[in-house]
Order: sequence, then C-alpha cells, then structure tokens
Amino acid sequence: MLSRRTERGSTAVALAFALFLVIMTLVTVYIFWAKIWWFPPAITDLGHEIDAQYARTFLITGIVFVAAQLGLAYAIFKFRDHGQKASYFEGNNTLEIIWTLATVVLFVGLGLYARNAWAEVHFIGASPGALQIEVTGQQFVWNFRYAGPDGKFGREKPELVSASTGNPVGLDSTDPASKDDIVSPVIAVPEGREVELILRSQDVTHSFYVRELRLKQDAVPGMEIHMHFTATVPGEYEIACAELCGLGHYRMHSMLTVMNEADFEKWEKDQEAANQ
Amino acid sequence: MVTHENGGGHEQHHPPSGFIRKYVFSIDHKVIGIQYLMLALFSVFVGMALSLLMRLHLGWPTAKFAFFHGGQMTPEQYLALMTMHGTIMVFMVLTTAPQSGFGNYFLPIQIGAADMAFPVLNMLSFWTTFVSLVVMICAFFVSGGAPIGGWTSYPPLSALGEIVGPGQGGGETLWIVGLAIFCGASLMGALNFITTLIDLRAKGMTLGRLPLTCWTWFVTAILGLLAFGVLLAACILLLLDRLAGTSFFIPGGLVVTDQVITWHKGGSPLLWQHLFWFFGHPEVYIAILPGMGVASHLLSTFSRKPVFGYRAMVAAVCGIGFLGFCVWGHHMFVSGMSPYSAFAFSILTMTIGVPSAIKTFNWLGTLWGGKIQFNCAMLFALGFVSLFVSGGLSGLFLAQPALDLYLHDGYFVVAHFHLIMGVAAIFGMFAGLYFWFPKMFGRFLNEGIGKVHFWLTFIGVYTIFMPMHFLGLAGNPRRYSEMTAGPFLLALQPVHVFISIAAFITIGAQLIFLFNFLWSLFAGKEAKEENPWHATTLEWSIPSPPPHDNFGGVEPVVYHGPYEFSVPGAADDYIPQHLAPNLVRKA
Repeated sequence: MLSRRTERGSTAVALAFALFLVIMTLVTVYIFWAKIWWFPPAITDLGHEIDAQYARTFLITGIVFVAAQLGLAYAIFKFRDHGQKASYFEGNNTLEIIWTLATVVLFVGLGLYARNAWAEVHFIGASPGALQIEVTGQQFVWNFRYAGPDGKFGREKPELVSASTGNPVGLDSTDPASKDDIVSPVIAVPEGREVELILRSQDVTHSFYVRELRLKQDAVPGMEIHMHFTATVPGEYEIACAELCGLGHYRMHSMLTVMNEADFEKWEKDQEAANQ
Repeated sequence: MVTHENGGGHEQHHPPSGFIRKYVFSIDHKVIGIQYLMLALFSVFVGMALSLLMRLHLGWPTAKFAFFHGGQMTPEQYLALMTMHGTIMVFMVLTTAPQSGFGNYFLPIQIGAADMAFPVLNMLSFWTTFVSLVVMICAFFVSGGAPIGGWTSYPPLSALGEIVGPGQGGGETLWIVGLAIFCGASLMGALNFITTLIDLRAKGMTLGRLPLTCWTWFVTAILGLLAFGVLLAACILLLLDRLAGTSFFIPGGLVVTDQVITWHKGGSPLLWQHLFWFFGHPEVYIAILPGMGVASHLLSTFSRKPVFGYRAMVAAVCGIGFLGFCVWGHHMFVSGMSPYSAFAFSILTMTIGVPSAIKTFNWLGTLWGGKIQFNCAMLFALGFVSLFVSGGLSGLFLAQPALDLYLHDGYFVVAHFHLIMGVAAIFGMFAGLYFWFPKMFGRFLNEGIGKVHFWLTFIGVYTIFMPMHFLGLAGNPRRYSEMTAGPFLLALQPVHVFISIAAFITIGAQLIFLFNFLWSLFAGKEAKEENPWHATTLEWSIPSPPPHDNFGGVEPVVYHGPYEFSVPGAADDYIPQHLAPNLVRKA
C-alpha cells in the first residue's frame, strides 16, 4: 500500500521536474534566438569577426545545453521509481573515452578557432599612420588627448594635474609640444581610419568599454596600454567604465563619435580654437 | 592499503562533561562541523539580507526607505553591501559549509575514523574562522563603513586609503585583516583534512572504496592548502602597502582628486590580480567540488545504482583540481596582461571544461536505468546537475578572450558565477543537509515543507539569474549602483525590476527553509533507524546522532565499494560497505 503511494508521488514529481526543465530550456533558447536583449550592431570589421565567433559558440553551447537539460528531463521521467528494478552497471570505458575526446575536440577546437579575432587586435600593434589618442581615466571622468597639428604629445606632470583649473591631465605648458595638444571629455574619431588609443589612469584602475567596438581594456595606473580599432559606421556610441573605481563608477560615462574625415577635421579645429 | 591501528593515529577519547567543553570549545569533529554549519547559516542569511537591499536599490534606485540615512541608498552604501555580500558568501558560506561543515562531520565517519587527525587544531580552525567573521562584520561599524572595493579588492582602490573612497579606510583594513585570519583558519583545516584522509582510514577503506564525497573533500583540502597560503601572502603585502608605506601594488606618480601621491612608487596593480586569482580560481572549485561529491553520492543512492564511471569521476575531480591552478589568467584578459599569456590561459580554460563535461555525462549515466526516488535531498541533487550545466556552459564564452572582452565585468559574468559557484554549490549543500540531517540530529527535515522550498528556490534562481545573461549580452556592466548613466542602461531597467522581484520571492522562500530547519530540529519526525535511506556508506552503520567516538571504540572494517546498489544476486538493493561478505543476504 505504502509503496504504491510513493510510486504515484514519484510520477507527479518526475513529471513536474521534467516539464520544468523542458519549459526552462525552451524559454531560454527562445529569448536567445529572438535576440530580445542583444548586442548592439558592431562598427568594426573585428567586431563582425567576434560576432561570428559568438555565433559559433552559441551554436555549440546551445546544442550541449538543450541536449543535457532534455537528457536530464528524460532520465528523470523515464527512470522514476514505478516499481521497477534498477539495472546494475558501473560504467562504460568506451563511452568515457568517446565523450572525453569529443569534448576535447569541441571545446579546445572552439578556443583555437577564436585565436584570430584575438590575435588581430592584440598580437599586432597599430599601423604607423594610425591616429593616436591618449585616454586618461580618473575618478570619475574620462579625458581624451589629441597631439594636434605637430603630431607630438606634450609632456605631462602629475604635480600639474588640476581638474578644477582646467588641466585634468597635467599638461606642462613649458613644453612646446604641448601647446597644440587638445584635451576633451569626449572622443571623436574619423570613420575608416585606424585609431590607436593609449590608455592611462591617474588614480585607480578603470576600464574603457565601448559595446559597438566589442572592446574593453583596463586603464591601469603605472601602465600605458595600447589598443587599436578602425570604426566604419558613423554615429554616437556610449563609453562606460567597466572596472570598479569607487563610488562614482556607475556614472563614469562619456561618448565616442565616429564622423567622416571632413567633419573630424572641423571638429579638431574647433577644439583647438576652444583650447587657445 | 593504509591500515589504521588502534591508537596509532590518535587516542580514543571520552565525551567531555561540561557545557563549554562539549558545545563551545569542543574538539569533537561532529560538534565542530555543526558549529561551522551554524556559522554558515548565520552568514548566508546576512549575505542574503545584503543582496535584498541591493536588489531593492537596483530595481528602484530613487525610492526612499526609512532605514537608510537620508532616506535613499548612496552609491557607496550600495558598493559596501556588494563587497560584503560577495565576501561573506564566498568565504563564510561557500568555503565554510560544504567543506568545513559537512566535511568535518562526515569525512572521519565515512572513512571509519573516530575523529579528525588533529582535534585541537580542528577546534582552533573553527574559532579562528569565527574571529575572522567578527572582524569582517566590524567593518560595517567603523567610520566610513564597510569597504567598497568588491570582494576582489583590486589595488590601488584598496591600497590608497580613504582618499579614494569612503569605506577604504578602517573598513578596508578590517576586511583585509579578517581575510588574512580566514586564510590561517583554512590552512589549518586543509592540513587536518589531508592528514585525516591519508592516515585514519579504516581497514579495507582503500582509495578505490572512498565515497566520492571524501574524494572531493580531499582534493578541496589540497586546493585550500595551496591557494590560501598565496592569498595570505597577498593580504599581508596589501596591509603593508596601506599601513607601512610599502609599494607592492602601488605605482608612482598617482594623482587622486588633484592630490599627488608622493609616498608610493614602483609597485604593480597587476601583481595583486595575479596573486588574488591564483587563489581566486581554485577557490571556485573549493566551493563547488564538495557539491559535486554530494551530488554524485545522492544520485547514486537515490537511483539505487552504482555511480557511473567511478574512476572517471575521481580522475575528473583530480583533473579539475590540477587544472584549477593553471587558469587564473582568464580573470585578467582585459587587465593589460600579455596577450600571449591570455591565449595560453584561454586554451587551458577550455580544457577544464572537459572534466566538467565528463562529470555531467557520468551523472546522467548514473541516473540511466535507475529507480529514482524523489525525496528533497534527491531533488536538490538533480537541481544541482541542471544548474551546473547552465552555469558551466557560459564559461565557454568567458574563456575565450575575444568574446570575454565584451562580457568581462558585466552581468553575463555575474550570471555565470552565481549559477555555478553560488547557486549550484548551495544546491549541493541543501542536498547534503536534507540527506544527513537525520544522521546529525536524529530527526528528519519535513519533506512536504522541503518540497515547497525546493520548487520555489529552483524556479526562483533560474528566474533571477537567467535574465542576467541577457543584461550581459546587452552590455550592462556589473558593480553599478544604478543604471542611470546613459540611454542603453536606462533601457535595461525593466529587466532589473523583474530580477529584483524574482529575488524577493526566492529570498522569502528561504524563510520557509529556516522554519523547516528550526522546527524539525525540535519536532521533526524521529529517525529511529540507523539507515533510513538504505544507503551504503559508514555513517549509516552507526546510531543517529552518532556517539562521541563515532564507532563506539570498535574500528569498522570495510569490505565493499561505496556504491553497491542493486547488485545482482543480493536480496537487498544495497550492500553497506561494512557488511562482511558472508552476511550479505542472497536473493
């Protein structure tokens, strides 16, 4: 009598568990598939390459996710206690070898496949003609410095830093090269031209993050970190800080504007004029 | 084969009489295990209360509440809650309960020992952990409040003092001191576990007959021994930077709000990240391995089938333990570390997916052809498998630096580590608690209330953490006290509201558990049999709760593997490890 009751109970629970897993899997897959919350479109060639690797990874993890969750749901329902005898086996070496090798090939292969997208931006530096922009993080603003017409960055000194008097990066005005340097709280770049960012931080670690570039890079105090990209789609893009930098971390925000070459030249001239 | 002669490892001891020696400064591994569990239970409710406040603020950042000074939570208060939530959960719950709690109680019994190898050291390590918790909680009450640097506490934010933020003064110092003390406690614990497992196994308890729980506690202890020493060193260096004017992690030429820092130069912020993550990644496995052990153990017990691929499981646990030390760099893809190292770390990290997949396949194999019984312990074990898969697969994205660049320090990461390290590990603990409660306290947890708790929690955690993946894909950075800085974040606010509501319901469900725990402790159904689950391992061969010296002075002898269920030819569908072959009833 008692055993029949546990059997009935086990069918209900098994069914509920299996159903939950099926529904959870379907809903999850649907939301990924329908791209309800998704990446904004990439604006660099590298970004498209990264998106392609995302697609491959989604495919593989998606298949494994569905297979594992549904497999679990099936096993839970099929092998619920309904009075049968459990079968006795302690394993199967052939199966162990097959799924070990299969996951090695799948996972490590995926990792090797991702090499190109990484190498392109990280193993190779910017080309010599790239537009250099120095990015300085400080609690809780970004500053962007352009070398100006002379193409040379002027000297900076920590003791000259004074955000309150309009010298947030500590530009040394006694250095002739610093005369035409442009410092701006927003960044503008020309469309289709390679840009090299030189990331620095004055105080704590910050992180430069633009979603549409598919790039994120910490700005680390004491280090100069270079990164490069070529944006191909004009527009305005948000810059967020992605490394906890203190109480104002959430509002350390700026804008990246990608504009055509003519607009960019005009923008640079306007900034120069404003700096004088 | 290691044999343990009576008196060789340690003396057989008698129960102490006084209350203090029996329940407070006890050297009985069972009492200490329960002390650890109580400490973790207290901590998990503190940590959860902090997350409740965080979710309240994230959902409704401008809402005013009487319990905040000034009515509204400030960004620094949010970050302090976040830092302490992470710290308390990782160290005082995930590190403490599965290993020091359940491990302390059941490792000696499952291997047939009367106690841990060093009972006094065991007591010392618990009370050191307790001091560490007290010191950390004190951080809330000093001027400036608790630290705001996150549980990873990256310098220079964590090294420069109050000048970089409230909470970075006295609060941060207490945090580091508390953590250093915790490291000491964990090192003592790890040493004890390793020695106990190697030295005190009963006759016949060969390595091949160890329950998988013991294997995972053993490997976890080795990880702890190797990892916490490094974190201890890192904490001491950071403390010296703060208090003694050294510059291990602080470079020269820093300017904080227009003030030049002249007294530091030459240090490297990345050095901390390397040291921290050399500890931090194995820590993930310290949290999850015991859960894997419990899940394997219960899936076998309640499918009435041997573990599928016992040797492969042991190899996978050891593989995860070893590889766990080779992958810390995947936390540093955006840190400015060499891109060549990043690529190497990436491939190694993809490799660690292999033993994890092996375990999953073997769990399914264990269920296959079984006779599954759905009690609360088993439900949580099955939930563990589902959550482990869901939380583990997102790791394949984060392990690839090209993809991690976008997701790093965002909500995708928050979803990933909460599912696998937080929730899956906690499901392992719940499974263990429902399973072992009758052994520990002589009473069952209520199954009916337990099922309500299971379903609300299982559905709840998926509803909280699945949507966080989507926030991450949309680019939402983590550790933001509100999502108001720009248009794309404002657009994600409804998802935050949804997650907050799901979190409130799930947290509410834990009160059901708390009620069940306290009620069952005093009024639960009595566990009259020694072995109510018809399980095989040694803890089920002794009374519930076990006597002071576990086996009544008689050392058990082990004749069987740990998972002999439904063996053909036997009358019962389980053969206890201690049952002499001539006593096994034939069908």
